[in-house]
Amino acid sequence: MLKVLLSRLGQAALVMLVVSALSFVMFRYVGDPVASMSRENASAEEKAELRRSLGLDQPVVVQYGCFLENTLSGNLGISYRNQRPVTQLIAERLPATLELVFVATVLSLALGIPLGVLCALKPNGAAARLVQALSLIGISTPTFVTGIVLILVFAVSLGWLPSFGRGQVVDLGWWSTGLLTLSGLKALILPGITLALYQLTLIMRLVRAEMIDVLSSDYIRFAKARGLPKRYIHFHLALRNALMPVITVTGLQIGSLIAFAIVTETVFQWPGMGLLFIQAVSFVDIPVMAAYLLFVGLLFVLINTVVDILYAVVDPRLRARSA
Amino acid sequence: MSTLQPPVLAIDNLRVEYPLANGSTFTAVENASIVIEPGEIHALVGESGAGKTTIGNAVMGLLEKPGRIAAGTIRIGGKLFDPLTGSAEGVVLGRDIGAVFQDPMTSLNPLFTIESQLTETMRTHLKLDKAAARARALQLLKAVGIPEPERRLKAYPHQLSGGQRQRVVIAAALSCDPKLVVADEPTTALDVSVQAQILTLLRDLPDQRGIGILLVTHNMGVVAQIADRVTIMHRGKVVETGPTAEVLRHPKAPYAKALIGAVPRIDARLDRFPVLGQEGKGRAEDARTALRAKAERTDTIADGTPILSVENLCVDYVTGGWLPGSTGHRFRAVDKVSFAVRSGEVFGLVGESGCGKTTIANVVSGLVRPTSGRVVYRDAVVAGEGGARRAGPLRQAIQMIFQDPYSSLNSRLRIGSILAEPILFYRLAATKAEAARDVDQLIEAVGLEAEAAQRFPHAFSGGQRQRLSIARALGARPKLIVCDEPTSSLDVSVQAQILNLLKDLRDATGLTLLLISHDLAVVRQMCDRVAVMQRGRLLEEAASETLFAAPQHPYTKELISLVPTLDRIRGEIQAA
Repeated sequence: MLKVLLSRLGQAALVMLVVSALSFVMFRYVGDPVASMSRENASAEEKAELRRSLGLDQPVVVQYGCFLENTLSGNLGISYRNQRPVTQLIAERLPATLELVFVATVLSLALGIPLGVLCALKPNGAAARLVQALSLIGISTPTFVTGIVLILVFAVSLGWLPSFGRGQVVDLGWWSTGLLTLSGLKALILPGITLALYQLTLIMRLVRAEMIDVLSSDYIRFAKARGLPKRYIHFHLALRNALMPVITVTGLQIGSLIAFAIVTETVFQWPGMGLLFIQAVSFVDIPVMAAYLLFVGLLFVLINTVVDILYAVVDPRLRARSA
Repeated sequence: MSTLQPPVLAIDNLRVEYPLANGSTFTAVENASIVIEPGEIHALVGESGAGKTTIGNAVMGLLEKPGRIAAGTIRIGGKLFDPLTGSAEGVVLGRDIGAVFQDPMTSLNPLFTIESQLTETMRTHLKLDKAAARARALQLLKAVGIPEPERRLKAYPHQLSGGQRQRVVIAAALSCDPKLVVADEPTTALDVSVQAQILTLLRDLPDQRGIGILLVTHNMGVVAQIADRVTIMHRGKVVETGPTAEVLRHPKAPYAKALIGAVPRIDARLDRFPVLGQEGKGRAEDARTALRAKAERTDTIADGTPILSVENLCVDYVTGGWLPGSTGHRFRAVDKVSFAVRSGEVFGLVGESGCGKTTIANVVSGLVRPTSGRVVYRDAVVAGEGGARRAGPLRQAIQMIFQDPYSSLNSRLRIGSILAEPILFYRLAATKAEAARDVDQLIEAVGLEAEAAQRFPHAFSGGQRQRLSIARALGARPKLIVCDEPTSSLDVSVQAQILNLLKDLRDATGLTLLLISHDLAVVRQMCDRVAVMQRGRLLEEAASETLFAAPQHPYTKELISLVPTLDRIRGEIQAA
């Protein structure tokens, strides 16, 4: 187990090195930071001075070394736009995105798995057919459309839920949460559903396909031949086998939910990482963009590592290989 | 055996139907009647599609939808089976009927421990608590002969060998003391030596516990060895039924005779396998003559000189250890094996699973690189030390036929394109039209109609597909064909046809065959010379007749003695 863990961590470090190089290249070659930081009528001397103070006159390798050193010590530079440390900006925005993604993931697992099992057990039943048809709509409708429709119905027409923002938040240390106030929870509902919808249908379809596969396997036939209760066979024996790929997909999906919450956050004006990134793009705020790239890379690597470890916990065959 | 007890299973005039999409019905079983007394093993034999598994499923109430019992009755321990509820009153599946399935590798759930899978049945049916169920599970594992049962309880299925898993499956079937056990091909997926152990274990159940067993199998040798009575089925109908010795020695129905005749014998060598009906001659022979003419044009024919020699071959498989500094686990699959195949002969390589025989086939075909040693074809080193990358003509000369005809043909290509591929690749035909003519000839040479070229692989049965795989191998005009278990996934009568075909083609075209098989009887019938392997080593190599008449190595002797055969019929041995 330790060996697997170490090799996974090694791989993760390697991937992060590549991501950081990409992020650095962005710094170096996308636009000229000096041009965007200095006044319009700055003289050549002023620009050269700024260049020197930013360390941009050094050789590329030295610059990359500096960049790595800064990154590792948590210094991701200063936003061009609002002249604040990027780390601080991200720390402010991170809780909003993570809470949104958390709600969306819980929602999609809590609904997707039972619906998938339902569709697998009674593939020709009316409920299963309805769910299947709806899931097709869910998987093919773009997020911004669902978001706008939900706002139109529940915020504009019915006026039940807010259409933008996080509502009231409570600060727990540096973490600001919307989960503890009524308005915060209300504000989470619409963006949560919007973000969850795609993942929900994906998980449902995956569980359904896996479950149908597992139900026709020999060991389930053998369980039936031993006269075990149906419920026990379906939910204890079969479901566990069917959930193996769901772990992988959910893991990967959490990564993409965080990375691509951009659309949902824009539609609902959700003050999260995605919105931060979109604003950074429109202002060519390279330190923020680079930090975002690094951060998303780190998230994916972390999640994949966790998924690998989870796999070994669930599947004894993988445990044995490392023992 | 008390005659007062009702039979454990009485099937009377059973008819099982599957409604089809077009409104008609397919009758899987018709008018089948079987009676099993306590302490009796009743074998149900037949080829695939005979309906034997359907009967087993019907008894357990596990018929696959939309199959249904259309007529007839099933009584279990005297109690009538109700097709509506899928069980007999007072008879509980798992408690009163135990089941053993074919493949021990897949009949246990990989994510749960042996203990959990053994105890769940007892806790459900006998309402035992955890400790009592555990104690009983331990007893059962001891009863089925699993070493270190305490440790095995905590193990997962993948930590056990195939034979041990089948023992666990049998233990699970016995856990609630059933009166009837339905065993569906219980030893088909096992090696002969493991098969022998499992058969002994199965035979003990009726002898020591008075259990009745419905044994579904296609293996006549297994029937001869353990069954008291046998029923032969063909296309859903019972063809013949009676005491084992009587049916196997003196079959009356023509199909029963043919089926028993098609079983490869290990005790004597026959020129050809007896097969049912006509074998396509005429056109097939013309086509084969044409093939021979082409072969002669390109090369000299069989002359008995060594065509392939394997010299000191070693193959290691390494798992893990891709991190710098770690070595990983090294497993020696083939250990210093040397043998030579003479041109024009059929050379057999036998052994149990994991003995390295398929690895050798893969090295010869160029699919696996040897760790050391080399393979020489004529004068060229084709694999290993001093061997360059295999040139076209060398690759063309050695072709391969695989075990599973279902996965070895590309299901998205028409047969014509599949067979034309090697012909065009090796530029054996100038134009596509010429290649198409060659393809037709090949199809006829393997005994099919030329129009097969227009169809897709799914339109053919397993035996026909294997014929097409052979045609594909022949298309490259090879000198040597490596056949890796070419008939082990086929029915006996189809196996007989395919083996006859390989013999005919060998005679017609002077091919050399390297035949890899675990089936000693097939090897005896097919091969001129045989090598026996165990755990990567070559133990013995001899002319086929010499080897089977007087095996030298103890392992070879044991292997040959363990093969269930038609000559050793249980009833007769006991009587003698």
